[in-house]
Amino acid sequence: MKRGTPPAPQTRAGRPAVSRARRKEILVREEILGTNRKVAAELRKRFEARGVLAVNMISSPGAGKTALLEALADRVKDRFRMAVIEGDIETERDAERIRRKGVPARQITTGGACHLEAKMIGKVFPTIPGNVELLFIENVGNLVCPASFDLGESLRLVLLSSPEGDDKPKKYPEAFLSADVLVISKADLFPHLPFDAARAAREALDINPKLRVFVVSALTGQGLPEFVDFLAARLAALRHA
Amino acid sequence: MHELSLVANLFDVIERHVKEHKPKAVTRVRVQLGRMSGVVPELFETAFDTYKKGTPAENAALEIVVVPVKARCRSCRRIFRPTPDAFRCPHCDSDRWKLLEGTDIVLDKIEIEI
Repeated sequence: MKRGTPPAPQTRAGRPAVSRARRKEILVREEILGTNRKVAAELRKRFEARGVLAVNMISSPGAGKTALLEALADRVKDRFRMAVIEGDIETERDAERIRRKGVPARQITTGGACHLEAKMIGKVFPTIPGNVELLFIENVGNLVCPASFDLGESLRLVLLSSPEGDDKPKKYPEAFLSADVLVISKADLFPHLPFDAARAAREALDINPKLRVFVVSALTGQGLPEFVDFLAARLAALRHA
Repeated sequence: MHELSLVANLFDVIERHVKEHKPKAVTRVRVQLGRMSGVVPELFETAFDTYKKGTPAENAALEIVVVPVKARCRSCRRIFRPTPDAFRCPHCDSDRWKLLEGTDIVLDKIEIEI
């Protein structure tokens, strides 16, 4: 609603007086997500100081983030101490799935928000066991919004499952642009789908040539040893930095 | 639909400048949205109109400037505009480049009434 203009006071000469209200422009030039970025930068320092490799997992709902974590838990548990922060709009279900694997998990329910923000991670991080080496942050299932929010992670992982189609990277470039790793999941379904893993990888690499690509199946274990070795190498690099 | 939380962050920044300058009102807000910031301008506008009620920017006009994606080729050093379909340098076909702009969300300036 526009504010009505009050009748202009008359000067002695009969002309309207110049309104005392003055307008002034203020040059701000600030990134709107500057606060999140600052909190994320502090978190990154905390993670690194504790020797924790934090991995932010981004994908559409149902791409298999939790299934991948369950499969990793079986392979990683004896090698590294891992923990999971689960982000969902509602329910404690994903955290329960992870706990059943004997891995500590904290659930963040966003109550409607489509992504996690750094301050949410900062709040639960103190409740993560102090000896954890690998911290997975499973973002809210959404291939768009989480890409804008740095969580202080050392590694950003985007998951693309075969049923979603091999044309997704160029349709959702932001997520692939900001990621370090692409995991193509549900490889066990390749024989049943018109999904071309090479095309999906090529599309993603076109956008972001620095991506490391892994093709995995949480169900059969395909590709998991290579992926675990990669995580181990990154963790070692972080600890010797 | 994260536009509402982006707008909430935007108002945190506006609020800080309001505290500093103590204006009667904020009359205009100019925001730059990167073409690849993941923000839909129409949704941002709707979120802005919802959020501004009861704030000093209640009657503020929102101006959105969409900033195209710009990159510098690491091979030939020239600047080009990548698109999702052509993420290569059009001059030398290199796929090694550095993004210069087009992914940020920036509060450029505000106009206040004092």
